[in-house]
Amino acid sequence: MKSIAELEEIRKKALEKVSLRSTNQEMRIVVGMATCGIAAGARPVMNAFVEELGKRNINTVSVVMTGCIGVCRLEPMVEIVDKEGNKVTYVNMTPEKAVRIVAEHIVNGRVCNDYTIGEADKK
Amino acid sequence: MRDLSLHVMDIVQNSLSAKSDRIDIIICARPEIDILEITIKDNGIGMDEDFLKEVKSPFKTTRTTRKVGLGISLFEASAKSASGELNINSQKNVGTVIKACFKISHIDRLPLGDLAQTITTLIMSQPDVEYVLNMDNQKECFVFNSYDIKKTMGEVPITQYEVIKWIGEYIDEGIKIIFGGVLDEIHS
Repeated sequence: MKSIAELEEIRKKALEKVSLRSTNQEMRIVVGMATCGIAAGARPVMNAFVEELGKRNINTVSVVMTGCIGVCRLEPMVEIVDKEGNKVTYVNMTPEKAVRIVAEHIVNGRVCNDYTIGEADKK
Repeated sequence: MRDLSLHVMDIVQNSLSAKSDRIDIIICARPEIDILEITIKDNGIGMDEDFLKEVKSPFKTTRTTRKVGLGISLFEASAKSASGELNINSQKNVGTVIKACFKISHIDRLPLGDLAQTITTLIMSQPDVEYVLNMDNQKECFVFNSYDIKKTMGEVPITQYEVIKWIGEYIDEGIKIIFGGVLDEIHS
């Protein structure tokens, strides 16, 4: 059984990191998590973002959830909002797409055009 | 919804929109009478009697983007298809309690699903809310309380990746201990 002692260990390690962490948030990942999003599989998508950011040790990006974004047929949907408020909306998300978006969009600043809402509407 | 943990996630969203700051999720298996009970209790703004009367209808919703709200209706449908039922009690400014029960051995009873991921996702997105998860099989009981974790972690945020990961693993262990062998999809 896991114990609180382990948690204490995590705390000590995290404390060393936290002092280095900058408080300004560069980007925000917003996951639509209403009934429509959840049913379409938004939870594993959000989890994939959190896991991938954790693996890459990225602390300047926050992952939050929101209600229904309004286009339920394209759920799971994710919005990436940068510091200036520019927004990119990705649709029909999967955990695999989330991993790619972290690598290309979050880390390298290249929008994954083929996953965006504009591209989905052309089909 | 594919499993019960997704229903829980969906119903808790209602509690969050109702400005709750403490949400209790109680999952109780009673193997001797073949019943699984899921209770979600919050201290949010509650509902008035008129709203409560109609709340199970898919056409009753507080959302503004469209006129249908399916969260509670779907949860009720899942309960009913496993010879169970869903009840809601609510009091304005006190909170709301939703209780669904399921026949454990019913062929259409949804599996529990990834409950740990539900809890960690909720904590990630609303870390200021206190979540209490209580699992019970009439013999043993497992309690997770986000407040205890915050107290232990002190100035380290509960949303720190390592902490979230630990919580997920901790809850997974709890699920195995409490529901392993009791719900046939979970092996002990």
